[in-house]
Amino acid sequence: MKIAIIGATAAIAQATAIPFAENQAEFFLVARDAAKLAAVAADLQARGASRIDTFIADLADLPRHAAIIEGAGDVDVVVIAHGSLPDQQAIDRDPAAQLAAFHLNATSVISLAASFANVLESRKGGTLAVIGSVAGDRGRRSNYVYGAAKAAIHAWCDGARARLRAAGANVLLVKPGWVDTPMTRGMKKNPLFADARSVGRGIHDAIAAGEGTVYLPRFWRWISALVRLLPERLVKF
Amino acid sequence: MTYESWGRFFRSRPARVVSLDWPHELPSFDGGSVLPYGLGRSYGDVCLNNGGTLLDTRGMSRFRRFDRETGLLECEAGATLEEILDVIVPAGWFLPVTPGTKFVTLGGCIANDVHGKNHHRAGTFGRWVRSLELRRSDRRSAPLEATIGGLGLTGLITFATVQLRRIESPFLLTEAIPFRGLEEFQSLSDSSDRTHEYTVAWFDSFDGRDARGIFFRGNHTQSDARARKRRPMKLPVPPLLNPATIRAFNTFYFRAAQHPEPRVQHYDPFFYPLDAVANWNAAYGRRGFVQYQCVIPTAAGLEPVAEILDRTAQSKMASFLTVIKKFGELASPGMLSFPRPGTTVCLDFAVKHDSLWPMLDDFDAIVAEAGGSVYPAKDSRLSPARFKQFFPQWEQFVPYIDPKFSSSFWRRVMA
Repeated sequence: MKIAIIGATAAIAQATAIPFAENQAEFFLVARDAAKLAAVAADLQARGASRIDTFIADLADLPRHAAIIEGAGDVDVVVIAHGSLPDQQAIDRDPAAQLAAFHLNATSVISLAASFANVLESRKGGTLAVIGSVAGDRGRRSNYVYGAAKAAIHAWCDGARARLRAAGANVLLVKPGWVDTPMTRGMKKNPLFADARSVGRGIHDAIAAGEGTVYLPRFWRWISALVRLLPERLVKF
Repeated sequence: MTYESWGRFFRSRPARVVSLDWPHELPSFDGGSVLPYGLGRSYGDVCLNNGGTLLDTRGMSRFRRFDRETGLLECEAGATLEEILDVIVPAGWFLPVTPGTKFVTLGGCIANDVHGKNHHRAGTFGRWVRSLELRRSDRRSAPLEATIGGLGLTGLITFATVQLRRIESPFLLTEAIPFRGLEEFQSLSDSSDRTHEYTVAWFDSFDGRDARGIFFRGNHTQSDARARKRRPMKLPVPPLLNPATIRAFNTFYFRAAQHPEPRVQHYDPFFYPLDAVANWNAAYGRRGFVQYQCVIPTAAGLEPVAEILDRTAQSKMASFLTVIKKFGELASPGMLSFPRPGTTVCLDFAVKHDSLWPMLDDFDAIVAEAGGSVYPAKDSRLSPARFKQFFPQWEQFVPYIDPKFSSSFWRRVMA
């Protein structure tokens, strides 16, 4: 089993990799920060990974993507987990910053996802797992640029899943709720926050089960359904 | 995420919490004092830094190297014993020393130089630490013997290497033998320490020195049995511990827990029975509880232990988890390590009656008279004079404290 993880130093990506390492998987890990990536690679090695290759890249740099696809080679599972949560208030009146956030969270994700989809289609099997977010289910004042990028990914995944099904490959869209990671460090914590470890295991299990879309933790499905049903005049948050 | 200590007696009021994610990214040590914080499983205030900064180390929980041939494990300091066990046990290795809960971090085990049921064979956890990386606010360093048992004051432990112990399976051959009185404990302990790697006794706190108890002992064993992973139950634990319920529990437990014939038992219920209820510390009610763990040196005999048990029984302030164990002869490596040859007694008391504090002061006097000591990781009320008496090496230790590091405990006992 070979797995490529894009954005491998993200907390959810690290947590997703652990169960695969325990099952002696082979890894192709991509991230921007060499020291962090080395720490993640050492961790997975110690946990039982049979082989690890690492690749340093700034994922916003689209021309680098071809080298990533080539470096990954023949993979069974791809997890695309990179992204960043911008401070919405800080970019509210800054079109260029909004586009930069959209570029990293949507355009660069679709660039990689589209290329890996071709790989899985031609090898007739495997799973492409992409990290979306409940933020993409409804635009909200507090994170609508991040939400817009995630909504773009959601639609892309739904369509690509239908296309790849014919080839026997799967596209898994993961929609985490609030997860306690460095990305959400500035947010005030409440009991709905999940730890990255359980979300990572949930992603591993969803990949193994061949699921299409999963909310993690699972109860977010109901919260999200409710949030989508709320009438516009009530959504002020 | 809360930053309490396990006894819930002290209010935790850090001015700031800084989460650490990567060992190579040095946190800023600016603005008041700092103290590393793991899982907050120490009972009193050694893990608290009121008015200062707590460095939350749980984001640093990666493995760095695990040599399956030699059993050398290098790990970031925020990794928990549970996370470590999940990886090392399937590979045929076990912790060299483990405390009674797996919900503690590697850094916490080193900083408190913890001990376990195999102290008579393996000594303290610190004896198995081969190396560690310490991040300090200045350019100085601290020797291993200052950082082991150093209560997190000598700097931030980012990662450490520990020598593990080989096992053939996750199972142990265990016995739970009923006994009565301290003398029977003594003879069971002396004979079992020769034949068993793990020994510890539970005591019914209501009857003083003649109380009934259960002596637990075990050895690692080979077994083909299959283990089921236990998930701790997270229940709303009501404040149900009071003298009446503890008396009822003790009667029940004395019957239910005994198992004099050897049986094959998974390591989890043998070492970590209380981990099955994730938040049992809430059972003591709103004001929390304090633990009192002391060691009476071998030379002083068992009389001081008997006195403490008698006084506990007379007080009617029932102790839910009264545990007794004989520490072995192996020297503890840390300057402020607690274990030393003798008998250790651990009691816990709900914070309800004002008479608790003078009684514990009396216990200190008994311990001091016997030349013993009290365990900082469990302490909530030791006076500066007693601390300095129990840890005369504190003066040699002080120069190794990082000038930016401090804790609520340290300010209390240095006051």
